[in-house]
Amino acid sequence: MRTYLLPEYIVERDDLKCTRCKICIEQCTYGVHYYNAAKNIIESRSERCVNCLRCVLFCPVNAITVRRNLNAYRENYHWTYEFIASIKRQAELGSALLSGMGCDRPYLTFWDKLLLNACQVTNPPIDPIREPIEIRTYLGRKPKILEFKTGDGDIELETKIAPDLCAETPILFAAMSYGAVNLNVHEALARAAVECGTYFNCGEGGLHPNLYKYSEHIIVQVASGRFGVDLKYLNAGAAIEIKIGQGAKPGIGGHLPGEKVSKDIAAVRMIPAGTDALSPAPHHDIYSIEDLRQLIYALKEATEYTKPVAVKIAAVHNSAAIASGIARAGADIIVLDGVRGATGAAPKIIRDNVGIPIELAIASVDQRLREEGIRNEVSLIASGGIRNSADVVKAIALGADAVYIGTAALIAMGCTLCQRCYTGKCSWGIATTDPEISKRLNPEDAYKRVVNLVRAWNIEIKEMLGAMGMDSIESLRGNREQLRGVGLTDRELKILGVKMAGE
Amino acid sequence: MYAKSRQISHHHNDDKIFSSCALFGMINLTGVRFTSREPLRAISSMRERGNGLGGGFAIYGIYPDLKDLYAFHAMYMNLKSKERAEKILMRDFRILLSEEIPTKGSNKLPNPPIFWRYFLEPEPSKIKDEYVDSDEYVVKRVRKINIGVKGAYIISSGKNMGVFKGIGFPEDIADFFYLDEYEGYMWVCHARFPTNTPGWWGGAHPFNILDWSVAHNGELSSYGVNRRYLEMQGYKCTMWTDTEVLAYAFDLLARRHRIPIKLIAKILAPPYWEEIDSMEIKERLMFTALRKVYGSLMMNGPFSIIVAHHGEMIGLTDRKKLRPLTAGIKGDFLYISSEEAAIRLISPKLDKIIRPSGGEMIIGRIKSPQSLEVPPLIRREHI
Repeated sequence: MRTYLLPEYIVERDDLKCTRCKICIEQCTYGVHYYNAAKNIIESRSERCVNCLRCVLFCPVNAITVRRNLNAYRENYHWTYEFIASIKRQAELGSALLSGMGCDRPYLTFWDKLLLNACQVTNPPIDPIREPIEIRTYLGRKPKILEFKTGDGDIELETKIAPDLCAETPILFAAMSYGAVNLNVHEALARAAVECGTYFNCGEGGLHPNLYKYSEHIIVQVASGRFGVDLKYLNAGAAIEIKIGQGAKPGIGGHLPGEKVSKDIAAVRMIPAGTDALSPAPHHDIYSIEDLRQLIYALKEATEYTKPVAVKIAAVHNSAAIASGIARAGADIIVLDGVRGATGAAPKIIRDNVGIPIELAIASVDQRLREEGIRNEVSLIASGGIRNSADVVKAIALGADAVYIGTAALIAMGCTLCQRCYTGKCSWGIATTDPEISKRLNPEDAYKRVVNLVRAWNIEIKEMLGAMGMDSIESLRGNREQLRGVGLTDRELKILGVKMAGE
Repeated sequence: MYAKSRQISHHHNDDKIFSSCALFGMINLTGVRFTSREPLRAISSMRERGNGLGGGFAIYGIYPDLKDLYAFHAMYMNLKSKERAEKILMRDFRILLSEEIPTKGSNKLPNPPIFWRYFLEPEPSKIKDEYVDSDEYVVKRVRKINIGVKGAYIISSGKNMGVFKGIGFPEDIADFFYLDEYEGYMWVCHARFPTNTPGWWGGAHPFNILDWSVAHNGELSSYGVNRRYLEMQGYKCTMWTDTEVLAYAFDLLARRHRIPIKLIAKILAPPYWEEIDSMEIKERLMFTALRKVYGSLMMNGPFSIIVAHHGEMIGLTDRKKLRPLTAGIKGDFLYISSEEAAIRLISPKLDKIIRPSGGEMIIGRIKSPQSLEVPPLIRREHI
């Protein structure tokens, strides 16, 4: 069938600059560039370009420019390019459209409508260069009350604290499965987690044997496909996370196509090579909250109560009630993944239309858990579209204990958010399991970039805390007094529990 | 829908009042009572620290003849609020004495509220039905009046003690309440400098619940989270001040959770992780647990406080010591003050002067009031 789709991007080449070195041809995994020997020029098939910018950045003479196609449909407020192109593509394919990364629709990002406080006169701001500012974060179940035995002047703690996670920063690395990303990405994240004193979630595709040595900084995930789950795997992690849902595709399972299931991935996932790895939409042993409780305790039994168990859900309309149920079902940590949460592959229609913004989910879950008097007994991790350290600080002020970053860590490694992860051709060597392309991601280099990112954000978080007059992050947690809203409706402010700027 | 069991402050109108202040506390460690003369001189000397928009006193040992009864000091904005509050008091308590607190009309303190005091005990038939001890019973009623009755505030509710406070310089307040006619073995005094004008009578310090009183100088950046944590524990903050949060924190930790007093200091002003990490294993686990479980009660930001309850006076600053606090000892007296000069003014030749470092607690304690055999116990708490 002839395609009626317009090329989305146009690749332009300054032929005077081009040296015919063919690096662009090598670098492009989508087959855009080719050498025309007859004319001795390099030509481009623009219709294949995804704007990943690999060739642009690797061209030694800066000869390439990728720009949006100026040919466009007649302007129409209602029928935008996006909708027309999707229809044409579906008319040609007859299938649901896939996409990668997080929802890119222009829903309101509440982070951009929240501003932070700072001290002036009545209390002094603290200078992080001169004074310690603490951002260590413990994640796990906490007792309501501590009991002490007092003898003759000696005080002894009687209460036993359940096993938990100790992160030296409130930033953890979000679940990305082996298969969705390759081993180099996993290794880079695991090493970065060790160096930053934080945790890397290995996702639902099991854990490669080479990475077991980092297990003190790894959270292992158990999802509906149960890929790679055995006793050794469960015991390898510092914590176990049950994945119920994901912000990019709430209510939807996973599908790793057989072409991506190489021998190695098959072995780690414990499935035959070349077969599709299908994660069902529900866990078929969890159809209700009491079933979740059984799985939580099955995992605790299996690991002899030595690790905290987290439950991750996509932020949906009634997250608050669900989170409360999860806390009561015995989870030690609740993970909320908002509508901006990313994925390696999801139906585009789901990614763009299902779920709620993480900001509102944090606010309502924290508020509900407090009203029920159980907020301090569980930890809350927010995830999905955290873009900078201010987002982290705002998330914690709204009520999260910590955040997961996924997309931000990948961007640090090279990702340009072209959203073509599902093709398996990621030219940056991230969302691909092709052994040749995977080599492009050097774990040594990638790990350094991620460590630098976290280090930079840590510094900024301390600056913001110090400006607010706090020397420890626990004083920020749920401290909505430090936030003010701009350009929000009364109702929005009410749900966020935040005052209007000027109030 | 679900039933809310707690009121957690959440939106728009949970404002708070900022203030800075002078503190002075004085205790006779053998329990001998003394007059307002010296404490008043000391607190008045720190005039620079107040601006006349709040002054107050908590005096312990003032009602020895009625020492087994709860002494409620009530502040009423109008007669209607008094009527409504008294309905609750009469229903839930056996009131043995009810009288107006003597006050002096003065041009310096315009439009004062009505002050009344009640000596009472829980109604025996009612307390039996509730399966709570009398302290809990009292706290519940105080909370009910302070939250539920508009314009009525029980400003102190301990036994054999009382709080006197209002808008004015401390000496005006002392004059207004005829404090020269009272004697106590412990005086906690406060002069206030609120940054939002005008202050209001209920916002003056010390703040009290049962026999716990707190006078405070500082501003807490952590107020938002301290408050939401306490609300989760069933408290409702009505006075919009950091001090109220501190008083409830003491009530929760000391009375309800029974945390030893020197550990309470380590919750409010905890050691840094760096210090905790280098402790011996047992201590390390204890201090780590304290920060994990009670992290929301860390008082972050500059503060110095004097906390008092019967037989004990405690001084504490934030862990960076961003507000001043000095203690002095002379004979049987322990003084805690924002400024050393105020102590020197009334006791020029001290036996000892203590300048605690950030987060270090000063405790002055008498074993039993009026008993001279018991040696006074004064410690600098190092943990």
